[in-house]
Amino acid sequence: MSRTIRELVRYRDVLYMLVWREIRIRYKQSVLGMLWALLMPTIIVGAGVAVRFAFSSLSGTPTHASDIASVAVKSAPYGFLVAAIRFGTSSLISNSNLLTKVYVPRLIFPLAAVLSQLFDFLVASVVLAAAVLIAGVGVSAQLLWLPLIFVGLFVLVIGAAILLSAASLFFRDVKYLVEVGLTFAVFFLPVFYEARMMGRWESLVMFNPVAPLLEATSDTVVRHVTPNLGWLGYSIAFAAVFFLAALSLFQKLEPYFAESV
Amino acid sequence: MSEPALKVEHVYKKFRRGEMYDSLRDLIPALTGRLLRRNPKSELVDREFWALKDVSFEVGRGEAFGIIGDNGAGKSTMLKLLTGIMKPTSGKIVVNGRLSALIEVSAGFHQDLTGRENIFLNGTILGLKRAEIRRRMDEIIAFSGLEAFIDTPVKRYSSGMFARLGFSVAAHVDPDVLLVDEVLSVGDYSFQRKCVERMTQVIENGTTVVFISHNLRAVGNLCQRSLLLRRGTIVMVDKTSEVLKTYLAGEERETAHENHALAITNVTVHGQKGPSLQFQSRDKILVTVEARATRRHDDVSVVIQVTDDQAYPLFDTCTDRLGVEAITIEAGQRLSVTFEIEAVLAEATFHVNAFLFRYTTNAPYDRWSNAATFFVHGSPEVRGAVNLSPRLVACEVTGGSNAFGESALASLVR
Repeated sequence: MSRTIRELVRYRDVLYMLVWREIRIRYKQSVLGMLWALLMPTIIVGAGVAVRFAFSSLSGTPTHASDIASVAVKSAPYGFLVAAIRFGTSSLISNSNLLTKVYVPRLIFPLAAVLSQLFDFLVASVVLAAAVLIAGVGVSAQLLWLPLIFVGLFVLVIGAAILLSAASLFFRDVKYLVEVGLTFAVFFLPVFYEARMMGRWESLVMFNPVAPLLEATSDTVVRHVTPNLGWLGYSIAFAAVFFLAALSLFQKLEPYFAESV
Repeated sequence: MSEPALKVEHVYKKFRRGEMYDSLRDLIPALTGRLLRRNPKSELVDREFWALKDVSFEVGRGEAFGIIGDNGAGKSTMLKLLTGIMKPTSGKIVVNGRLSALIEVSAGFHQDLTGRENIFLNGTILGLKRAEIRRRMDEIIAFSGLEAFIDTPVKRYSSGMFARLGFSVAAHVDPDVLLVDEVLSVGDYSFQRKCVERMTQVIENGTTVVFISHNLRAVGNLCQRSLLLRRGTIVMVDKTSEVLKTYLAGEERETAHENHALAITNVTVHGQKGPSLQFQSRDKILVTVEARATRRHDDVSVVIQVTDDQAYPLFDTCTDRLGVEAITIEAGQRLSVTFEIEAVLAEATFHVNAFLFRYTTNAPYDRWSNAATFFVHGSPEVRGAVNLSPRLVACEVTGGSNAFGESALASLVR
């Protein structure tokens, strides 16, 4: 572990340049420029609004502004999760020419993929924060939970990215499985709905370690209440254990990467 | 100072031949199948092979060291182990200092980024710090000769420009140990010159260089010591000239046709007064090629080629160019062709390759590389491969009142 950190510190300039490369390319190629980072959350919020309207017309209860705000604040972390896992999974394959030619710590590739998506997440978050403030959702001391929530999400996503990037190098179809999983993830995660709408099945939804993080986001930002600390603790503990397990597996497999490309 | 720059101790590397299960779709049925059959015998065991077996060597600080061998001898594997891209199956590799490799130097380029941006990207990948790159940017751009295009995306570059930019970055990494593969052949002639100059400069600056190449001439020129690999094991580690001699002598005879109905049986070198391998400059040398046929061949042409010690072809000739257009040989007959050549050669070791071709189609019947070796003792006033018989006809210093020029020439002419 300490050796890994020392190596990453030594190669920090490569990490910086790879992240910079991804961001640069993404914003260079698109006419939309910075708006690109907002496109995904906008689409997610749009879809969420449609779903919430469908819910309320079925149940006969009106849609509250806070429901829309809740979908909006969850769209940013959800968008980050999907993009970072998708991008992280292919990070080793898409850099296979480097993998077989030059030595840099391989951990850098999934790390760079996730960090470059983090940049989009930050841009989207800033805009969302402004929008939420203008909409009059207000601020409270509960916002202090947010850093902890996002660190949990980040560690979880990094863990998934390093595990899936290595797996997809050895098994070509992992990429497609991940693609299918990410397409349908929105139905299993409380993005368009709240976990408590599931009634007694709430724990089943919250069992997915991503769900408490999303719910905690909307709890702290929109509803200004303390998040469910039990579930949040579970998520963060899960993220930490999962990350360490993924890391140790990644390091065991690392010597075989160049041979299996 | 006493510890070597590079130390390789008892390194083994094992690979698997054939296809492995590379998708879950194939792996899961295979695993369940194996579980059900309860057959613990792994099919992979028989398909393993050793790319490197018990390889140990040391490279001292500031030394230029060559690694030579045929295709498949394990050179590329050695390179990948040295760079850390692959790990040895067993054994140890110790590198003291920053190691950098000049292999496929444009691997880190991204098509959509400009030349300047790619210098940053590739530079960090090759081990430079961003601050170092910023400091040496102008130098790198000047070396590449791409000043006019440096802010253009590299997807608009020609392949030559691409390679030049790649080499320019790699040439400025300044590592403690530099690994060089077949990269000195990028760009046009003047850029190649620049690269070789840079390499020589790097070696003179005291960088340890490991040179892995098929280009025996380059290895011979740049490296003091070399390692010869054959099928994954070390044949010898010695002075480059000794290693090259062993390598060239040990090269096995290749036969173009497996059932060679027409084969070279013997190649001999002799002087006008009988068998000899030692000649003086300008001596006449006779080269005889003998062949045997097991069925009739019509238009046979016999070729001899003389190469220098580094397998660089200096000269070749053949029977059809010398007037015998096509030789016909019946089944069971023997063919003997003798060429006379004049040794307009400088003092060195030379090798003879012999080939049998079908004159009309140029299809090879048989070939024998390094079939014979001979030595030429020349005069000390010439160096190089050939002796162009120089003679000093004028040597003057003119202008002023100095009379030295005249007197020097006078003493030369006598």
